[in-house]
Amino acid sequence: MEATLVENLPQVTALGVIIKAVIILAVLSALAGFGTFIERKVLAFMQRRLGPMHVGPYGMLQIAADGIKLFTKEDIIPQNANKLIFMIAPIITAATAFIALSAVPVFPDFTVPEFIPLIGGTFVPSIAADINVGILFVLGMMAAGLYGPLLAGMSQANKWGIIGSARTAIQFLSYEVVTGLSILAPIMLVGSLSFVDFNDYQSDGIGSWLIWQQPVAFVLFLIAGFAETNRTPFDLLEHEAEVVSGYATEYSGMRWGMFFIGEYANMITVAIIASVVFLGGYDAEGVLGWLFIIFKIAFFFFLMLWVRASWPHIRPDQLMWFCWKVLMPIALLNILITAIVILV
Amino acid sequence: MSLEQFKDRNVGTQNYITMDTGKTPEGSMCKFKQVVKRTFKGELFVGLWVTMKAMLKALFANDMHTVKYPFEKLPISPRYRAIHDMLRLLESGNYRCIGCGLCEKICISNCISMDTRYDEEQRKEVSEYTINFGRCIFCGYCAEVCPELAIVHGPRYENAAEQRAGFSLFEDMLTPIDKLNLQQEYDGFGAISPNADENIKKTPLAY
Repeated sequence: MEATLVENLPQVTALGVIIKAVIILAVLSALAGFGTFIERKVLAFMQRRLGPMHVGPYGMLQIAADGIKLFTKEDIIPQNANKLIFMIAPIITAATAFIALSAVPVFPDFTVPEFIPLIGGTFVPSIAADINVGILFVLGMMAAGLYGPLLAGMSQANKWGIIGSARTAIQFLSYEVVTGLSILAPIMLVGSLSFVDFNDYQSDGIGSWLIWQQPVAFVLFLIAGFAETNRTPFDLLEHEAEVVSGYATEYSGMRWGMFFIGEYANMITVAIIASVVFLGGYDAEGVLGWLFIIFKIAFFFFLMLWVRASWPHIRPDQLMWFCWKVLMPIALLNILITAIVILV
Repeated sequence: MSLEQFKDRNVGTQNYITMDTGKTPEGSMCKFKQVVKRTFKGELFVGLWVTMKAMLKALFANDMHTVKYPFEKLPISPRYRAIHDMLRLLESGNYRCIGCGLCEKICISNCISMDTRYDEEQRKEVSEYTINFGRCIFCGYCAEVCPELAIVHGPRYENAAEQRAGFSLFEDMLTPIDKLNLQQEYDGFGAISPNADENIKKTPLAY
């Protein structure tokens, strides 16, 4: 199905990719901002509160108020901080989050209408960079994103920051092996690293979803994904109750905001990967398929908030113990059994 | 939240559940068994269900606990002691205070100051009555001692004022004459008990 489609598609030009990049940046930044609103609302409802209510109807314009606050706040750089690294660190987090999104299918293909001057008639692809090692690229970029908290914590001359970056290192060492090994089994089944191939492999309805063949890998990937995006059971980096704000202690204004845009963009990326790799991606063609995947992404996003409202978080040593002594052996066993089944 | 729930201050009558944490496992086999048991018991999903239930109840069963304070207020206890009110007689509209001075006498922080005189019909009238709310400790003795239920504690607990004298003049505390029909009887300190009629006994005449 996809092969015939690809032949009929127009040529992807540099202009189309640039337009796509601008669209991803604009929409995903806005979505990340809106994600903070959704998070506050969902957490509030789960604690029988109302959440933000005063800015706009039901507090919908709260993101505008937050944005104005973040942009107008003083950008403080501490006296003894390593200034260059302190300034670069949040950019690393935000940039890698968006670079990871360049290899992920977001929004359908479309052609800019002819009546628009200069860019009329340009074909805008679904994936900004349709590389054949998509999954590896995305996971690698998200892993590189953890350099942001690591460098931020170490450069700011603050002991809470140091603890935060030490925890970043622990987290990085723990989950990365599980992410890679858990997604290896589906890769072996599909025999490709491209998101398009994963999507095609599962195009025969719900029964062909990889979650039924690889339930263990799905659970492991979800757990590792929570660790990768610093969500609650594993939000060790900046847990306010323990380390003030961890790596973000000395940050204020838009530099702090960039960490959060990066975190929410990463949440969306993990949700997209989980939907495409395990839950069938775009089941149907056209608009319906996009509705399906948006529903799946929204479910994973909601799951992250839901878990945050429900579960306590664990200690750094427990995370390491859990990842190396429990999850990694299970992932290895899963790969082994998958390999035997494929061979036999 | 209903008034009954709000007034329930009896700690211990609520449904607290003691958690059964079980025994600490001894030996590696026992530890392994515990890990396996906890892994497949699905306790994490119980936690998820608890929050989901709370959310559904909050959204659809009107179980939201937020009170949007300046717009909504929680009911306060009838025994609450806020800024004083001076009540009027319902029949004539005159103020109930007879100028006996008991409240001034009993006030332990010496904040009530009153002056009386005889009017042209030789009845006692209150010429001046102020409470210094900077000194008042809201103990409720004045309301308790008042023989006429004239000075009582009202429900006005938002007592920020631009001047020291805010709320404290007799006219400020007195029920406005056009709102006499809205005047509430006070149930708190010094009020007549609900079964007051049953407690009345005839004075024995013969000994």
